[in-house]
Amino acid sequence: MIEIKNLSKSFGENLVWENIKFDISDGETLAIIGKSGCGKSVLLKHLNALLYPDKGEVVIDGYKLFELSYAELRKIRQKFGILFQGGALFDSINTFENVAFPLRYFTNLGELEIRKKVEKALEMVNLIGSGDKPTSALSGGMRKRVGLARAIILEPEYVLYDEPTSGLDPQTSEEINDLIIYMSEQLEITSIVITHDMHSVLQIAEKVMFLDQKKLSWHGTIEEMKSSTDESLLDFIKASEYQI
Amino acid sequence: MEAIRQLGQYATLLYHALRSILEFSIYRKNLFQEFVKIGYESIPIIMLTGVFTGAVLTLQTAYQLDTDFYPASIVGSIVGQSIIIELAAVIGALVLAGKVGARISTEIGTMRVSEQIDALESMGFNSVTFLVIPRVLSGIFMFPVLYVIAAVTGILGGLLAGSLDGILPAAEFMQGAREFFFPEDVVFGVVKSFVFGFVITSISSFKGYYASGGAEGVGNATTQATVLSCIYVLLSDFVLAALLL
Repeated sequence: MIEIKNLSKSFGENLVWENIKFDISDGETLAIIGKSGCGKSVLLKHLNALLYPDKGEVVIDGYKLFELSYAELRKIRQKFGILFQGGALFDSINTFENVAFPLRYFTNLGELEIRKKVEKALEMVNLIGSGDKPTSALSGGMRKRVGLARAIILEPEYVLYDEPTSGLDPQTSEEINDLIIYMSEQLEITSIVITHDMHSVLQIAEKVMFLDQKKLSWHGTIEEMKSSTDESLLDFIKASEYQI
Repeated sequence: MEAIRQLGQYATLLYHALRSILEFSIYRKNLFQEFVKIGYESIPIIMLTGVFTGAVLTLQTAYQLDTDFYPASIVGSIVGQSIIIELAAVIGALVLAGKVGARISTEIGTMRVSEQIDALESMGFNSVTFLVIPRVLSGIFMFPVLYVIAAVTGILGGLLAGSLDGILPAAEFMQGAREFFFPEDVVFGVVKSFVFGFVITSISSFKGYYASGGAEGVGNATTQATVLSCIYVLLSDFVLAALLL
């Protein structure tokens, strides 16, 4: 379980957001929505202590994230997989090695077992046979799928998705959404998805958090969102040209 | 104020690197790759630098000492000692600040702005152990080797320039070089290149590691890494000369 308690963050004089608090239960899929630049990715990076807040805390399975030693933090981080916006693939190694990377360093698996696991992960993201490709030869959608395969290869409890469908064509977006649903349902992974794609939100999320005006402006279930009268939320949905 | 903040960041980075230096299994593969990139792949440019430095120094020294007061072999003595004590280490380091330093800061900087370092950290890796330690250790171990190559090729370049230009025969050049050859000068050169290796690789790693702001940010980090590396090579050269000579 992830508990976020009164989190505030500024960069210099610029307040990003303040007093954010919410809980994410195990197995849940939460979508964090909001305009570009409202601090969604900044919030996501706090859940893994890639950024530290000015005040407040994040508690993961009872551990206060920002009070842990670096060694303890590294153990907690292994509970997470992150799909970064651009994939964040290591460009010095090929697709197969990118997915195999965590297995080589964090497990004692032999080469054969690593190969089996990587091929299974690549098959799951519909990239079977692409292992030999250099990452520079992959399209945007393929990069995200490889990033996803790498994020789940160690079977994490939590997967954080940073704009998983941005910049992708509708068909590839659909494939990514299906993968997120598959991860949540079949692998029982807790998913936190940053997006401003309302189509994705309605397809994958159980709960929604709306960041606006430097605070957590609205949160609730998908059903509650559909019947919400919150003006700023409705404006955001209307602006995304999506009818609910 | 900014300089103090950066000094603090640099010290913190080195502290983290030092603290995790025993995690050899994490950076072993990268270490051997860096030995090749920093050491082996720099040999051609270092040889070229050495040969031309020695050649030009020989021609200029012969031109300046073109009187009957000195034996011709003194040119070999001056060239040999200048190369061993100063030029092989310093000119080699300045060239490597461009070749090695720029590569390190660009590579790590690009990893930073494309979130590859965040990806490493998010997996539970210590990115400093993985990226910084192998580069700094390779610099420390490979720069002295490159120094020896630069010194040998520098003397060879001087010898060739002298004999091809007809200034002094090779035997006379070598006689002069041998007369003023002191092993402690080589030790001094090795110590200098060891320090320069650390200075260049640590500054370049630091600048790359804290790069921000996309392609322009990486460009700025690389420029700063190269300029600062050159400045600190010259500064540490002076300090070492004052302390050890």
